[in-house]
Amino acid sequence: MPPASAIVEFRGVAKKFGDGPPVLADITLTARPGELISFVGPSGCGKSTLLRLIAGLTGVSDGVLTVDGRTPEQAAAELAFVFQEPTLLPWLNVARNVEVPQTLRGVPAAERAVSRARALALVGLAGREAAWPRQLSGGQKMRVSLARALTLAPKILLLDEPFGALDELTRGRLQEELLAIRAQQGWTAFFVTHSVAEAVLLSDRVFVMAASPGRLRAEIAVPLAYPRTAETRLARDYQDLVVEVSRRLRVAETAATAA
Amino acid sequence: MVALLAGALLVALWTAAHYGLSDDRRYLLPTPLAVLEALGANAPVLARATCNTLEGALLGFGLALAFGGLAALVLSLSPLVRAGLSPYLMLLQLTPVPVLAPLFVLWAGPGLRSVALITFLVCFFPLVVNTTQGLVSTDRQLVELFRMCRASRWQEIWRLRVPAALPYFFTGLRIAAILAPIGAVIGDYSAGSSAGDGGGLGFQALIYSSQAKYPALFAVVAITGALGFLFSGGVLLLSRLALGHWHESYARRDV
Ligand SMILES: Nc1ncnc2c1ncn2[C@@H]1O[C@H](COP(=O)(O)OP(=O)(O)OP(=O)(O)O)[C@@H](O)[C@H]1O
Ligand SMILES: [Mg+2]
Repeated sequence: MPPASAIVEFRGVAKKFGDGPPVLADITLTARPGELISFVGPSGCGKSTLLRLIAGLTGVSDGVLTVDGRTPEQAAAELAFVFQEPTLLPWLNVARNVEVPQTLRGVPAAERAVSRARALALVGLAGREAAWPRQLSGGQKMRVSLARALTLAPKILLLDEPFGALDELTRGRLQEELLAIRAQQGWTAFFVTHSVAEAVLLSDRVFVMAASPGRLRAEIAVPLAYPRTAETRLARDYQDLVVEVSRRLRVAETAATAA
Repeated sequence: MVALLAGALLVALWTAAHYGLSDDRRYLLPTPLAVLEALGANAPVLARATCNTLEGALLGFGLALAFGGLAALVLSLSPLVRAGLSPYLMLLQLTPVPVLAPLFVLWAGPGLRSVALITFLVCFFPLVVNTTQGLVSTDRQLVELFRMCRASRWQEIWRLRVPAALPYFFTGLRIAAILAPIGAVIGDYSAGSSAGDGGGLGFQALIYSSQAKYPALFAVVAITGALGFLFSGGVLLLSRLALGHWHESYARRDV
């Protein structure tokens, strides 16, 4: 039995696709409710696969994975996924895009409109309901995608390099917005990123991964105080942590190439 | 505007070519004026023939639209279905119309029904191939989004795969629209009949060529071309209405 304080628990999880080589091996980790956990690691080390396991989009090959006390498939209703690309439906306007998950679940229109308005306000896009995806900038599309995930009031949010394709300025602003939304909503989140600075700013814990097969190589706690804002980036202890995680990442990468 | 100028130039060149030919060979290339005259002189006959051809083309095109869409949906359901059926689809497309025409006449009788069947056959393939391609190339992440939202197979098809396939569908439709009048004329040529409705443009072309009425033959060519423009113009309008607001290829540059 997982401890009551665990919302997601990996116990010795391994994953391989068909007869291929193992993609993930020996993953053990426990996430507490409300935590934000980041994964950084070399490309192809299995970060996306890790999130897809939690989402129940693919099954574990070995070990046990519990999500909200159940199997990932059973817990699917508690989850929302934000992909690297905004993945909006180009034939629907912003309002209808944000409503997609609820439409699919048969939520009545009036109720949908309420959660849509709330979600769009959270990401700062109130008033853009009638716009078409092609009329939006990359950052705005990503906000729509985030709003869409938030309409489900998820217990667990999975974010796979959501800001990876954005310019530095937009990226920074969205990081701060994400922190502010999290402070209001308190979901648990798993965040994949290539940016160490982003991982440290957003997370309670950062896991550094190594490749082939993907393993959790190091765990770094981030004891920075909340609320974290743009100011946090200037703090000495924040910068020390960024250096620390970068160092661990380099070690994990050289260990992988040496092997 | 540019197209109009080019057209005027073409007519001038054409007329010049006519007078460039020796007297006894001028019949090979009647002047545009002679063609216009033939058009006027044969107006009642040509109008009726055009109506008949149009009817056959529209009917065949409509059938292809309905069954093509349906077939694409079925084909998109599984790779197994596709692997099993594609060779036969190819076979249908590869069999020349003149070979099939007598069969259709045998089954459906000469005239409108055979013409429509042949048009259907010609339009069916590009529609099915393009639409199926569209239905199976839906963005993988969008599919996963739907899976995560617990969308039913039905919802995935109607709310995701079908709208995502629309641009492909319209590409197929544009090809089919160009082929429809051609198919109807060829169909009429090989399976037309003067019985009852008096035949269509293809049948009329047969008559004129046997009577050596070459200007009238050219008039038939012109009408067929105009029908092609009409069809593809109609489809273009339709696709603009359906995709204009969201698809990149229709996005206005200035907004
Ligand atoms: N559906 C699949 N079938 C087979 N192999 C797969 C599949 N999905 C992922 N893999 C393999 O698993 C490994 C990890 O892939 P994954 O996408 O999880 O990496 P990642 O850490 O997210 O990489 P990146 O940082 O580039 O996004 C890769 O070697 C990939 O080839
Ligand atoms: Mg990835």
